[in-house]
Amino acid sequence: MKRLIMALVLLLSGCRPGEEVLAGACAGQIGTGVTATSVKVGGIYPLSGPASAYAAVAQGVRAYFAHVNDSGGVAGRRIEFLVRDDAYQPARAVEEARRLVLHDRVFALFQTLGTPSTAAVREYAHAHRVPQVFVATGATRWGTDATRPWTIGFQPSYVAEARVYAHFLAQTRPEARVAVLYQNDDFGHDLLDGFRRAIDGTSVRIVATRSYEVTDPSVQGQVANLAASGADVLLDVSTPKFAAQALAVDAAMPGWNPLHILNGVAAAPSMLKAVGHARVQGVVTAGFQKDPGAPESADDPAVGTYLAAVRRYVPEADPAGQQVVYGWTAAQAFVKVLEGMRCPSREALRAAMRDLRKVELDMLLPGITVSTGPGDAFPIESLQMARFEGSRWVPVGGVVDTRAEFGPVRADPDQGG
Amino acid sequence: MNAVAAGHRRLPVGHEAGDRRPDWPWRRTSLALVASAAVVLPFTLPPYRLFQLTLVLVYTVALLGLDLVVGRSGRLSLGHGAFFGVGAYTSAVLIAQFGVPYPLTMPAAALATFGLGWAAGRPALRLRGLYLAMVTFAVAVVLPPLLKRLAGLTGGAMGLTVPAPEGLLGLDDDQWVYFLVLMVTAAAFAGMRGLAGSRPGRALTALREHPAAAETLGIRAATHMTAAFAWSAMYAGVAGALYTWTAGFVSPDSFTLALSITLLAGVVIGGLGTLAGPVLGAFAVLAVPAVAQEFDPAAPGIVSGLLLLLIVYVAPAGLAGLLRRTLWGLLRRRA
Repeated sequence: MKRLIMALVLLLSGCRPGEEVLAGACAGQIGTGVTATSVKVGGIYPLSGPASAYAAVAQGVRAYFAHVNDSGGVAGRRIEFLVRDDAYQPARAVEEARRLVLHDRVFALFQTLGTPSTAAVREYAHAHRVPQVFVATGATRWGTDATRPWTIGFQPSYVAEARVYAHFLAQTRPEARVAVLYQNDDFGHDLLDGFRRAIDGTSVRIVATRSYEVTDPSVQGQVANLAASGADVLLDVSTPKFAAQALAVDAAMPGWNPLHILNGVAAAPSMLKAVGHARVQGVVTAGFQKDPGAPESADDPAVGTYLAAVRRYVPEADPAGQQVVYGWTAAQAFVKVLEGMRCPSREALRAAMRDLRKVELDMLLPGITVSTGPGDAFPIESLQMARFEGSRWVPVGGVVDTRAEFGPVRADPDQGG
Repeated sequence: MNAVAAGHRRLPVGHEAGDRRPDWPWRRTSLALVASAAVVLPFTLPPYRLFQLTLVLVYTVALLGLDLVVGRSGRLSLGHGAFFGVGAYTSAVLIAQFGVPYPLTMPAAALATFGLGWAAGRPALRLRGLYLAMVTFAVAVVLPPLLKRLAGLTGGAMGLTVPAPEGLLGLDDDQWVYFLVLMVTAAAFAGMRGLAGSRPGRALTALREHPAAAETLGIRAATHMTAAFAWSAMYAGVAGALYTWTAGFVSPDSFTLALSITLLAGVVIGGLGTLAGPVLGAFAVLAVPAVAQEFDPAAPGIVSGLLLLLIVYVAPAGLAGLLRRTLWGLLRRRA
């Protein structure tokens, strides 16, 4: 009985911690999770479950932060990076975000992966005024929705990607007749709607569209259906599993040989290898990152630094993987944002992530930079087309700046943000 | 009453039924201690711990309901995760899509799940054996895809974000939600305690122990079982609504068959047919994975599985039985 009372007294003596409010020049701002020698950030990735292939993004991030910490940190602060698993389930992502913010008391959330998880965490981040920086999804709404200023995307939006395909077709096949295979969810609609608007005013036409559900076993029927339309271009807006099926079906139909445009989400070399290199020759996609294995990267010092750091800090990772490069690149951009903060506070981080002027990053293709500012919440908006030749993607044409070509991306009136 | 008396060695129904084991002597003191701890904790715990504690209470309500079917009636339900989900979504959709004030969404969730429980239980309970398990299994499997299909209402696979109830009486939001959940949990306990000694409660025990004898005594199996199942589903639905208030977000993947199995494991770990069981079970299924995760992200599954095996082998009466045995031993040593 005495022990019970003792335990109760002990519990009572604890006190409820609040946010750390700064004084001085940055008075009133929130500095939770950041000290003179450290800054704590948390990321949420699908380490398990159906999308666990994307966990490689976290490896790239870890490699870059370790690399920075070993060279003295950011303005003397070591980056402490906590990785949490949401198994690609939005409810778990919210729970992990809650744990990171309230329990681990992180300064900011650096990356959540996937549109559903990011959308769910975004509301939480907004309510608690925690920055959610460079989320790993291409949905357009991270950039168009001004009511959620604590969240910002990173990679080119699906609309930007669609614009590059439209631009490419208008240049190379102005009379193209396009068949579209798309995943019936936000991702598919985002890209397809972007493409529709981008070809407006050109002579490129969509002649057939077929959708599939992520729960469908196969897209064979849809592709056969599209073949009947006689289109000379197939825009393939699918995730890796279905893209592999679509590529195989396309290759197996001798009577239909359209130009196969594979969206960036599905353009992983490992998937193409599984389909068979002989069957995917001439497929095109759009990209924005360097390929560490490409011959033109061989004597690029930035690629050398990247390869050395990945081998040293995350030996289990595949340095040639695009996901690892992506994590590395986003982490480097985040460090640039940390360097740009005027105060060690969440408010200053938010301001800094929305004020990037043509920042150059090691692993972006030459000519692509990161820019944000008032009215521009899309960090990367340029892409370059690439064609699959032999066993790798070979760049085609120059870098296309979609903001310069098409103007800023506006919110889709149907989606209401 | 014979059937009840014959069964007392396995599951006590109190002193009147011939249970001669010693009672815990400091009932009131203990209750007062637990109550004061429950009131003081939200002011001392850090916010994340308080959130976890609130979730334990939410699961406790669901487990109290499930125990009515599994522990007190001796049937198997694989659908309580789905009833939990229906309650959660009823509350979430009403708040987020129709702007209904949140306190009104709990009765709505209760009503919806009571009706659903009645509809699912009525035909299945007339049949014997594993039919209830099969029907409830079907409910659990159908719910997540259904929620994804009704995207206009439920937000589809993206889920729904629900604004947290705003704290009243000078409390923070999370403290206010905790007290709301605490009140509902207390009421749920009172309801279940009242049932245990009541005529329907004893009828259920009789039906579990010896259906033929019970029916000879004039107990209508189908009526009692269906009512019990509907109430049980309602408890799960109420817990679901509380979950929505606490977590502030629902998505279909949270209410899969895995949740039903977790709840079932919670009832067994806690101890079937007891009042303390659901609290202990809820604590175990939430705390064990959380603690295991601190050591290794892959550990929760393994540790939970081992714990379940250990409980079944070492303490078949669950944590509640273990606790009772320990306290009983302590008392005897004093005497």
